[in-house]
Amino acid sequence: MYVSESRGSTPAVTAPAARGLFPGRSAVSATVLALGAVSLITDISSEMVTAVLPLYLVTGLGLSPLGFGLLDGVYNGFSALVRLVGGHLADRGGRHKPVAALGYGLSALCKPLLLAVHTLPLIGAVLALDRTGKGLRTAPRDALISLSSPPETRGRAFGVHRAMDTTGALLGPLAAFLILRQAAEGYDAVFTVSFCVAALGVVVLLLFVPSRSPELTGPAPATAAERPSLRAAVGLLGRRELRGLSLCAVVLGLATVSDSFVYLMLQRRLGVSDRWFALLPLGTAAAFLLLAVPLGRWADRVGRWRVFVGGHFALLAAYGLLLSHVHNGALPYAVLALHGSFYAATDGVLMAAAAGSVPAALRSSGLALVQTGQAAARFVCSIAFGAAWTAWGDRSALSGAAVALALSVVLSLRLRRDARDAGSPRDAGSGEDADG
Amino acid sequence: MAEAGEVRESGVRESGRAAEEVAPRPEVGAEPGGAQGGEPGLGRGREPGLGTRGRLLVLLACVLVLACVAGVAVWRAGARAHEKDQAQAGGPAVRAGTVSLAADGGRRIVFRSMAWGPHRDELTTVPAGAPDGPRTASGVKCLRFYAAGGTGICLQAVRGPVNDTYRAVVLDSGLRVTRTIGLAGIPTRARVSPSGRMVAWTVFVGGDSYAGTNFSTRTSILDTRTGTLVPTLEDYTVTRDGSRVRAADVNFWGVTFADDQHFYATLATGGHTYLIHGDTATRTAVTVHTNVECPSLSPDGTRVAYKKRVPGASSDAPWRLYVLDLATGREHATAEHRDIDDQAVWSDDHTLVYAMPGDYGSDLYTVPADGTGAPRLLTRSALAPAWLG
Repeated sequence: MYVSESRGSTPAVTAPAARGLFPGRSAVSATVLALGAVSLITDISSEMVTAVLPLYLVTGLGLSPLGFGLLDGVYNGFSALVRLVGGHLADRGGRHKPVAALGYGLSALCKPLLLAVHTLPLIGAVLALDRTGKGLRTAPRDALISLSSPPETRGRAFGVHRAMDTTGALLGPLAAFLILRQAAEGYDAVFTVSFCVAALGVVVLLLFVPSRSPELTGPAPATAAERPSLRAAVGLLGRRELRGLSLCAVVLGLATVSDSFVYLMLQRRLGVSDRWFALLPLGTAAAFLLLAVPLGRWADRVGRWRVFVGGHFALLAAYGLLLSHVHNGALPYAVLALHGSFYAATDGVLMAAAAGSVPAALRSSGLALVQTGQAAARFVCSIAFGAAWTAWGDRSALSGAAVALALSVVLSLRLRRDARDAGSPRDAGSGEDADG
Repeated sequence: MAEAGEVRESGVRESGRAAEEVAPRPEVGAEPGGAQGGEPGLGRGREPGLGTRGRLLVLLACVLVLACVAGVAVWRAGARAHEKDQAQAGGPAVRAGTVSLAADGGRRIVFRSMAWGPHRDELTTVPAGAPDGPRTASGVKCLRFYAAGGTGICLQAVRGPVNDTYRAVVLDSGLRVTRTIGLAGIPTRARVSPSGRMVAWTVFVGGDSYAGTNFSTRTSILDTRTGTLVPTLEDYTVTRDGSRVRAADVNFWGVTFADDQHFYATLATGGHTYLIHGDTATRTAVTVHTNVECPSLSPDGTRVAYKKRVPGASSDAPWRLYVLDLATGREHATAEHRDIDDQAVWSDDHTLVYAMPGDYGSDLYTVPADGTGAPRLLTRSALAPAWLG
């Protein structure tokens, strides 16, 4: 069934092979399924740790983990840098798989390290290293997904991957708590099992993901601009389509309030009780999981761009509900559903859209660029939102964010006219054509 | 066209409309590096010598090895957890009996016993004169505890179908539950006003997948007479130097009551901590000092013992036990020079008691409040003491 990784070969070969795993239902390539499996497994591993970490710090080590988030800001910047580096390294010589494996491997090695360190600064350092691995692997992995999917089904491919990824994120805490059920205070057992799971993810990656992308095995890129050099990576921003897309991702990211603020608002404005607070992210994840594939497919059909911008309407609606004075028991569910559909309509879809505007040889760098721009913009938004909250209160801050988001959507639609149809299937296809 | 038809069938067959929109295009076949690239069947081309079957076998072998490692880790942790149910050699003697939180009935200490054995984590009592003597266990398990004026607050774990949740339980003097409140996070601090009317607690919230490493605290105050619960001190109006504090990053923890209306606590915002003086009637608070965490008011109400972040201390052991004179604003260090991470209690107007990490849970130590003397071990395997009677 792994033959289907040759999606770049003649479609006549692709078709039967691609149906290997889910006959008649899925045309997602085996590489995408393998990468999805790797992400699923890895997310189980990392969410196991995340789920027990507070408990471990407070009851296991007897620490007060306050002020722990102070380094987050510094680290966000570093993480963005790592992502760009990972993207660039992967493009050089088409080393997507080795760089991704390095990233997954690094995160896996962090789990036994957690057993060895017992102070907050060192635990923080291990977590930072873990996230370095995540930063390294993200762009090469997304590039591999795009390179092993036909342009017209990329939205679906990313949808399938994100759905599998989110499934892992939901299963992780469950696994961790089941271990703690078996062994009270067995945090070392949780970390050990988490390492084993992460190692399995690396094994699956090494065994079942092709080391060379089909699109890169063809004739060498025609122009210097498409050879994976640093200069070419920087030069990507000179491409109108990608520049337009990145700009939009940044503009919309600047009005995307971070999840923790959304949950905090849910609690403060809609009166979600304390005991449900910890479960709010699960609501978002569940909606993301359910909608990632349908919205990805829909994006393939009506245009990724349209769905990407449309996803921000879902976010805008969520803001609106949070600001409304209606008090209804169903409101928190509606907000979480909208929040989850925002992710389903934007996360993988943006990558699918961006893939169409980046030549295959620079795919990883290009995707890293878009991701980094978006992440940086969201980080700026978090800081600004926090400051607005301090100055004017939560309601005014959210109203401001809603207005900013509406303006961003309008601005994006204008930008889109400049870089017309950047993410539509047709253009994605022609983008590929230009690369060949 | 025949090729494109195949794509349509495999790729977007579930929608006829989509199939039409994704019209057959030459570029699909002309993708860079297609079959022309000379590497059909990447799976075969890439890992020479390892067919699908071989790779599945390698995977199986890896799964088996990793599953063994994981299984052993869980089994060992389970065995270790079981071991904690057996009394440790040389540990304090613990017997089941009656524990009372009544204001009369002899000077005594009630605390969470962490000694291994069947009564681990239960509220136990010892006479104040024999802190290291045999313990009487109540059968009530608490993670954090405090009591005063015949009222107890017990923050405990509740076994759920998958994971533990937490609740605050208000106890009367006979340890009967009078009120139960669900908690949003892991219990860390608990206090009761001297009269037994007001109850406060703090939990850690955070660590979910999206919040990353950002932890926050939530501090609640309950009036046991009226039943009024302030779920979070963030609802209070706090002023610092005359202007209102309204940051999103505010955290409160470690309430200590002066009486039923007034209390002290820690406020953190913008990377600094402040001692605040709060008023439960007006729901207001003002900052009165900086660099104060986990305050504990002396019985005579004149001094506050607290954790101070001292310059030069290593970042993983940043706190020392200090005492602040509220009238003069002067502070001094105690003779305890180790890092402390606890909300101290006053066993009388001159003596502080606090927990330090020990071999079996934490141990209680005591030190004079005036900076003289030296720390002394009070009893092992104990946490969250309250002096009663």
